[in-house]
Amino acid sequence: MRRMVEAAAPYLFGLAALAAWEIAVRLTHTPPFILPGPLAVGAALVQDFPRLFPALVFTVGVTVSAFLASASLGLLLALIMTSSRWMERSLFPYAVILQVTPVVAIAPLIIIWVKDTRLSLLICAWLVAFFPVVSNASVGLRSADPNLVSLFKLYGASPLQAMVWLRLPSAAPFYLAGLRIAGGLSLIGAVVAEFVAGSGGDRSGLAALILEAGYRLNMPRMFAALLLISIVGVLMYALLARLTALVLRNWAPTK
Amino acid sequence: MSADPKPLIAVEGLCKVWPNGGEALRDITLDLPSAPQFLSLVGPSGCGKSTLLRLIAGLERPTRGTISWPAAAAPAIGYVFQEPTLMPWATVFDNVYLPFKIAGVSRRAARDAIMEALRGVHLEDAAGRYPRELSGGMKMRVSVARALAPRPKILLMDEPFAALDEITRLKLNNDLLALWEALSMTVIFVTHSVFESVYLSNRIIVMAARPGRIAADLAIEAPYPRDEAFRASALYTDACVQVSAALKQAMGEAP
Repeated sequence: MRRMVEAAAPYLFGLAALAAWEIAVRLTHTPPFILPGPLAVGAALVQDFPRLFPALVFTVGVTVSAFLASASLGLLLALIMTSSRWMERSLFPYAVILQVTPVVAIAPLIIIWVKDTRLSLLICAWLVAFFPVVSNASVGLRSADPNLVSLFKLYGASPLQAMVWLRLPSAAPFYLAGLRIAGGLSLIGAVVAEFVAGSGGDRSGLAALILEAGYRLNMPRMFAALLLISIVGVLMYALLARLTALVLRNWAPTK
Repeated sequence: MSADPKPLIAVEGLCKVWPNGGEALRDITLDLPSAPQFLSLVGPSGCGKSTLLRLIAGLERPTRGTISWPAAAAPAIGYVFQEPTLMPWATVFDNVYLPFKIAGVSRRAARDAIMEALRGVHLEDAAGRYPRELSGGMKMRVSVARALAPRPKILLMDEPFAALDEITRLKLNNDLLALWEALSMTVIFVTHSVFESVYLSNRIIVMAARPGRIAADLAIEAPYPRDEAFRASALYTDACVQVSAALKQAMGEAP
């Protein structure tokens, strides 16, 4: 019984908060262009679905492509950097520069340079998301047990064998932690880039929809789009957490 | 010992100085006969026991001096570390398969050797399990099986049982002796424990620290097989007293 209450607690809290919100909006007669109640948001979600859904598909498309690009190019870059001290010395400072420059500041340039909106957004989102993958994977590739490294050496393993059978698996927990961060960052990057790009044409995503709804004071639609963005973020995180648990199921609980 | 025309290992004037100037080993000269020997290296921390082992394994390069293999060019070496040093992502079977995998032997071709090694350490039923499911003693057994599966001519063990509880250690000592007698190989066993070294070895080299050097080279004449009764014998007690005295002297000499 107690466990059931505990499991239900976050849902109950959410419902209570929504109810309080709806009641407060109604009691104070707050106009929907200031703050819509949850019921109005729900209605907008249903009514505007034909507009929201393509935007959702667009944003998810950019987010997932940016994430996949971060996951693959990030690992590749980490492999290159850990293969030699020289490579790391040459490349790492630039990775840091890309990371610390706010995407909002570079996004206008990229959007001007790259004709294809979708591609320019993808590049922005990738810039935000790739760094944690690179840095985590680099640490992970160096984290192999030194005794196991010795053992590979003793048995005359080639660098490629040591890479595939020792360094890559040793890096997996670090790499996956990097991916979990990159998942959220891809979405943030995609949304921020869309904001910078503004509502351009019919191929625009949820952030562009939020901007447009803002101009029109269509707050319920704005909230509906916001809700969808949150759901995408939560789903990304949940999927990556699931993937981590699946891959690492045989790892020791600690270490 | 140097009367042996073709020793298994001939160590000549071996010195190891670390890049920071620390002198790990000074002028180690030592022959191991081609007949199977159980040699223990005993000495205080910092006497270079582990360094000597790593040099013999070829994991470090000597600063001066040579290690040669007059009896047979570079025989197969097995190495057991203080930690089990297993790959957490691989099953017991795949951990033991590692030396074969690196050598390019198929799982099928290696299967019998692996299962025999696992039988040797009483873990034939654990082949499909993962390291996280094993106790500390079982992990160490897997580590021993991995070292023994390719049938090395020489087995190097770097304080392999130091982290285990007393009961498990005694059990593993007996198992190790049985394997040594069955497999006709030379074992070089690094330990802190006078009692462990006397129980296991027919030769004990006592080392002094800073710089690491040989302080005494003692033969333990007691016959094999040895069992718990040996621990109660006068031979055992006398040998322990002798080794302890040599160790005390070696430590007194250290500045």
